[in-house]
Amino acid sequence: MSTSEPVASGREQRILEIIETARSKRPRFRDERITLAHGAGGKASQTLVEGLFVPAFAAGQSAALAALADAGAVEVAGTRLAMTTDSFVVKPLRFPGGSIGELAVNGTVNDLAVSGARPLALSVSMILEEGLDADLLRAEVDAIATAANTAGVEIVSGDTKVVERGAADQMYVCTTGIGAIDPRAQQLAPDAIAAGDQILVSGPIGEHGTAIMLARGQFDLDAEIESDTCSLWPAVDALLEAVGSDLHCLRDATRGGVASVVNELARASGVAVVVREADVPVSPIVSAAAELLGIDPMYVANEGRLVAFVAPQAADRALDALKAVPGCERAAAIGQARPEPPGLVLMETSFGGRRVMDQLVGDPLPRIC
Amino acid sequence: MKFVDEFRNAQLGQALAGEILAVLEPGRHYKLMEVCGGHTHSIYKYGIDDLLPANVELVHGPGCPVCVIPMGRVDDGIAVARHEGVIFTCFGDMVRVPGSEYTLLDAKAQGADVRMVYSPLDALRIARENPDREVVFFAIGFETTAPSTALTLKRAKAEQIANFSCICNHVTIVPPLRALLESPDLRLDGFIGPGHVCTVVGARPFEFIPRQYGRPLVISGFEPLDVLQSIHLILRQLAEGRCEVENQYTRVVPREGNLRALEVMSEVFELRAHFEWRGLGFISQSALRLSDAYRQFDAEERFEVPGVRVADPKACQCGEVLKGVIKPWECKVFGTACTPEHAIGTCMVSPEGACAAYYNFGRFARERQAV
Repeated sequence: MSTSEPVASGREQRILEIIETARSKRPRFRDERITLAHGAGGKASQTLVEGLFVPAFAAGQSAALAALADAGAVEVAGTRLAMTTDSFVVKPLRFPGGSIGELAVNGTVNDLAVSGARPLALSVSMILEEGLDADLLRAEVDAIATAANTAGVEIVSGDTKVVERGAADQMYVCTTGIGAIDPRAQQLAPDAIAAGDQILVSGPIGEHGTAIMLARGQFDLDAEIESDTCSLWPAVDALLEAVGSDLHCLRDATRGGVASVVNELARASGVAVVVREADVPVSPIVSAAAELLGIDPMYVANEGRLVAFVAPQAADRALDALKAVPGCERAAAIGQARPEPPGLVLMETSFGGRRVMDQLVGDPLPRIC
Repeated sequence: MKFVDEFRNAQLGQALAGEILAVLEPGRHYKLMEVCGGHTHSIYKYGIDDLLPANVELVHGPGCPVCVIPMGRVDDGIAVARHEGVIFTCFGDMVRVPGSEYTLLDAKAQGADVRMVYSPLDALRIARENPDREVVFFAIGFETTAPSTALTLKRAKAEQIANFSCICNHVTIVPPLRALLESPDLRLDGFIGPGHVCTVVGARPFEFIPRQYGRPLVISGFEPLDVLQSIHLILRQLAEGRCEVENQYTRVVPREGNLRALEVMSEVFELRAHFEWRGLGFISQSALRLSDAYRQFDAEERFEVPGVRVADPKACQCGEVLKGVIKPWECKVFGTACTPEHAIGTCMVSPEGACAAYYNFGRFARERQAV
């Protein structure tokens, strides 16, 4: 009785090809001014980075930068090091489960960790607004020291600038980190992702972003939800120990959430990704807040959650190893890489339908980290 | 989540999908329009269209309040936002809608104080907290959001908050539907009715659709089972040769609507003689402005606005896409002059508009079968 859908007509096919060509071109940065969308981790950010920064800085020389990984690799006398940097402008400075100081350490540590590098040392640079309460600064310095201690990194260098009142918002923190790339992690890269890979997340998603949004107090919503900020090195270490080179690629799902990370990796590796919504761990408070605010937890920022692509035969072992790490008890397998259609992320919804889960276009949560 | 998950049950969804198959006439192609942007969102979010056979096609209607705002109105908003001392407030998704040159997000980057709010009452609170600033609320939406703007203005009047005003872009859903139905080349078989609008206006304003135009309409809720059940009810009407307004969303929509909300609206608003819709052109008596009693809060009176009409580009064929006459890719500017990054028409402005969805996801070939 049934007939299959007619193939796309000639004209439709041509237009799809035009779109495909346009999409696969390196984006060009043509905007007149920077808007918040350029910092939101979505398409505008991508255009800024790939259309302005990479052509200027990499210019065919720096393969490390052109790869646009969380950390760049440099080789020094036979030792492979990873280096990364990050700025933190979160508002409010303190929120349930963490503060700007703790984020500044964990954010950079995690960019190293998901590059397969054991974090070694950090520099900390602060921009302080004239008039900042010194007790507030003391508390953040404590938070930085404690977080560095917990993550096992040394703070080896720093800088301070004070700007006039109004030129910054209380305080900004920038950290740069170096780490030693683990011998078990030489293969980690988007290129290593293959169709069939299982996709794991290290715990319930969206908690950091939700905690920040509620802490801003603009929604009149109260809920007991804490940021997930933590060092991811123990989780990475456990994964490498359990499955070694079967671990193909890692990312920390910060700005833009799990959806953005998975999109980036699908694009970079040329596989399709299918995510099973029902298997994605989300705490009831996060899903309720997301429901009320009309946002999707898949796009909400995390500060202590990684996404791992693992060879299918090693997926169970990887998941068991992950669950044994404190803080990752609710890790889960949420999807799979497939050969077709390349670069696209599909979601099998809990309701039983399928849809595309695209990159974030705009900026739902300004200044989240 | 209690009281929500019940309406998202996958097994019931499969069962409904089966019932939909059972009422289809083999070989017939069905085009149903979901009028409301909220339904488009549900269909997209839950992948509802993926549960339908290929010959049941959903057409996204004119009910996305953000996408229908024409460029000239966005320009007016930007002009007000740039006034010295103005705090300009609007809903978050409005800031990305393109005017002739800029979006409100651009205006913000250029120095205007543009703030996103979740409710007009938040805008009023900002006015209370900043008595030395002029606070303007860019009001958008159908009959769903109009009552909250009306109540906010009532409160502003009662509290005599003089530094608060409103650019009223509230629109009504029936006139654009009538305009679509009047079109001789309309290819729609039935309508998924806007549940939240009906919560306010009731079912009666839609009865002309089956009576005069012979198309069934089912007032629908927004959970995935609501939408699937409404699709089933429309198709069942078509199968049985019936044609009427049915109410699937009885748990929320009373037949008479919300009389108190209607009362407040008629106190605060009056009909505009005509209003321009992005993609659809001018439609008479399709929008609201502030009534004489509330004219003092009308930002269009308080500030100088250009009020210039910026014509939709001639080549833009959003109207035809909305009527279901052409598919997005058949539009002359689709994918060339009109892309999600530089949208021309209403269907490309919202990520859930028919054209934006096709642009982003068209190459995702569904393995759906026609029946």
